[in-house]
Amino acid sequence: MNPPVPSPSGNAAPLGGHARIVKPVAGGRVPPNLADYAATCRDFNWPAARALLDGLPGGRGLNIAHEAVDRHAAGPRADRAALRWIGRGRHRVFTWRELRDETNRVANMLQVLGLEHGARVFVLAGRIPELYLAVLGALKARCVVCPLFSAFGPEPIAMRLEIGEADLLITTEALYRRKVEALRHRLPRLRHVVLVGEAGATTELPGTLDWQRLMQAAGTAFTIPPTDPEDMALLHFTSGTTGRPKGAVHAHQAVVMHHVTGRYALDLHPDDIFWCTADPGWVTGTSYGIIAPLTNGVTNLVVEAEFDAETWYEVLERERVSVWYTAPTAIRMMMKLGRAALAGRDLSALRFMASVGEPLNPEAVLWGVEAFGMPFHDNWWQTETGGIMIANYAAMDVKPGSMGRPLPGITAAILRRDEAGGVDEVTRPMIEGELALKAGWPSMMRGYLREEARYRKCFAGEWYLTGDLAMRDEDGYFWFIGRADDVIKSSGHLIGPFEVESALMEHPAVAEAAVIGKPDPIAGEIVKAFVALKPGHEANEAMRRQLLGHARTRLGAAVAPKEIDFRANLPRTRSGKIMRRLLKARELGLPEGDISTLESDER
Amino acid sequence: MTRDEILALVADILGGIAPEADIATVPGDADLRDALDLDSMDILNFVAALHERTRRPIPEADTPRLVTLNGVVAYFQTAGP
Repeated sequence: MNPPVPSPSGNAAPLGGHARIVKPVAGGRVPPNLADYAATCRDFNWPAARALLDGLPGGRGLNIAHEAVDRHAAGPRADRAALRWIGRGRHRVFTWRELRDETNRVANMLQVLGLEHGARVFVLAGRIPELYLAVLGALKARCVVCPLFSAFGPEPIAMRLEIGEADLLITTEALYRRKVEALRHRLPRLRHVVLVGEAGATTELPGTLDWQRLMQAAGTAFTIPPTDPEDMALLHFTSGTTGRPKGAVHAHQAVVMHHVTGRYALDLHPDDIFWCTADPGWVTGTSYGIIAPLTNGVTNLVVEAEFDAETWYEVLERERVSVWYTAPTAIRMMMKLGRAALAGRDLSALRFMASVGEPLNPEAVLWGVEAFGMPFHDNWWQTETGGIMIANYAAMDVKPGSMGRPLPGITAAILRRDEAGGVDEVTRPMIEGELALKAGWPSMMRGYLREEARYRKCFAGEWYLTGDLAMRDEDGYFWFIGRADDVIKSSGHLIGPFEVESALMEHPAVAEAAVIGKPDPIAGEIVKAFVALKPGHEANEAMRRQLLGHARTRLGAAVAPKEIDFRANLPRTRSGKIMRRLLKARELGLPEGDISTLESDER
Repeated sequence: MTRDEILALVADILGGIAPEADIATVPGDADLRDALDLDSMDILNFVAALHERTRRPIPEADTPRLVTLNGVVAYFQTAGP
């Protein structure tokens, strides 16, 4: 056992100190799909993984929506529940047959609207059934789908629609009015906006079309056209330290990874009721909140309401959820409430629990055992990887605080960059370096949209560099340490400091702004901004509120700062770059490190 | 506390967390998270501030009762423990 190791990012790496959770040799009532890690990794190959899927009939290629919907609608699962939606006060079930018909309507509707192969379809909605139909129907029509998070403010939405060259936006009337209408003039390329009305009502806003009317007019017969596995299918935005958000491109081929990780990392079995709590506005909510459960023929539970522990426990019990995929922030909020809230609940259907978004602290892993009788299984991946890369498995011992071991078919390593711009692999255990993956798995991003240089920067030779710092122990388990850059991870979402700083700089009183991730016991990190005001403006509570309101109105609650502090000026390098790291070290009371490039210090 | 006092307190607290929000436009039974675009961290901070300002202990389990204006009013109009 090792003592906790402090890291440059200020987070104590949750290493050692906790006994491993030993898994029984023979599985429980449902034998795990991945029973022998070493043997499965040894025998794994990608053609065999691809063979778990059907492909389009007649050898016409590979389409995500065919694997998720049509192949089950044509088979023995046709009349089983594919999508079970729990709305606020309403619920709806779609069998695979119904899901096929409704997504066919969407595909036909898109063709009527003139959206051809490769057209960009953006969806912006809460977790309502229409969102799921839209995503799958657009994939059938070979459009590229880009889900946006409905808690984004107008600015992140408009910027992503611009960068992603949106042809069509499907959203709700309420979100359109609040977040899109005022910025529509910035989007000349956007051909159509389709609105879903409140609770099934039709809509009549100028410059928009009504979902319900279009759907009623569309037929339920549709044949997916030939789809090249390398055709662009999904666009997911993510954030870097600098510059605008990056649109990571994924191909239909990614479905091989979605499917096989659903089997191995989430242990999905045909009779499971699966609940992924992530919003489809983020990659987890698409890869595992839509695609993986459906390709695996598993009932996919969707809950519209936001997090509330009591509601969640009620859902787990009433819906007989057997596999649950959630996130550290929610788990830590449940821990705060305490296990007493679970008293009297019959959660006997629950078999496997997993977590993703940011490293799950060992206490939370162990709280799973205490409260639910099983650990939360942490796993690790990114928008760019498209699917789970490193995981804790049902049949593998858990070392609390570790992200687990690479998926079969995935090679992960710890690298150090050398002076010449190359990389060296760190083979000694427990030495910190950058987590890297050997390129070539099916759901690896195919590029950042129109950002070739930033894409190339992610690779060194055969390695994809993740930007995460980690270590590997002597048993091959990986341990997260921190980000190699200044990107902020809050409630499982990546937030680029530049996007937040830019919004603050738009305020007439702001001279300089720098944004950091401040460690937080619940959210992992919260967004904290340091602001220097222009002469003539006073740093006081009224100004703080003004800036906070300004940022929230533009960015939305998920991206805007939670804290704002004032400084007379901000520390800069000789080249004029604000030293976020120094601000962060000072905020946390950590050593300041190398400040030789510091030109002007903060006051 | 009277209803008006409680609503004034809520307005003041939310002014520090989500200054862009105007609670005068929010129906009493509307979920504050939807009506004002608050996320779960905002609600956490809101409940913590309610506790700080009123000195009344608020168990975690009571949070769901504090996500509408009517809920907050009802909560603080009843005698605290």
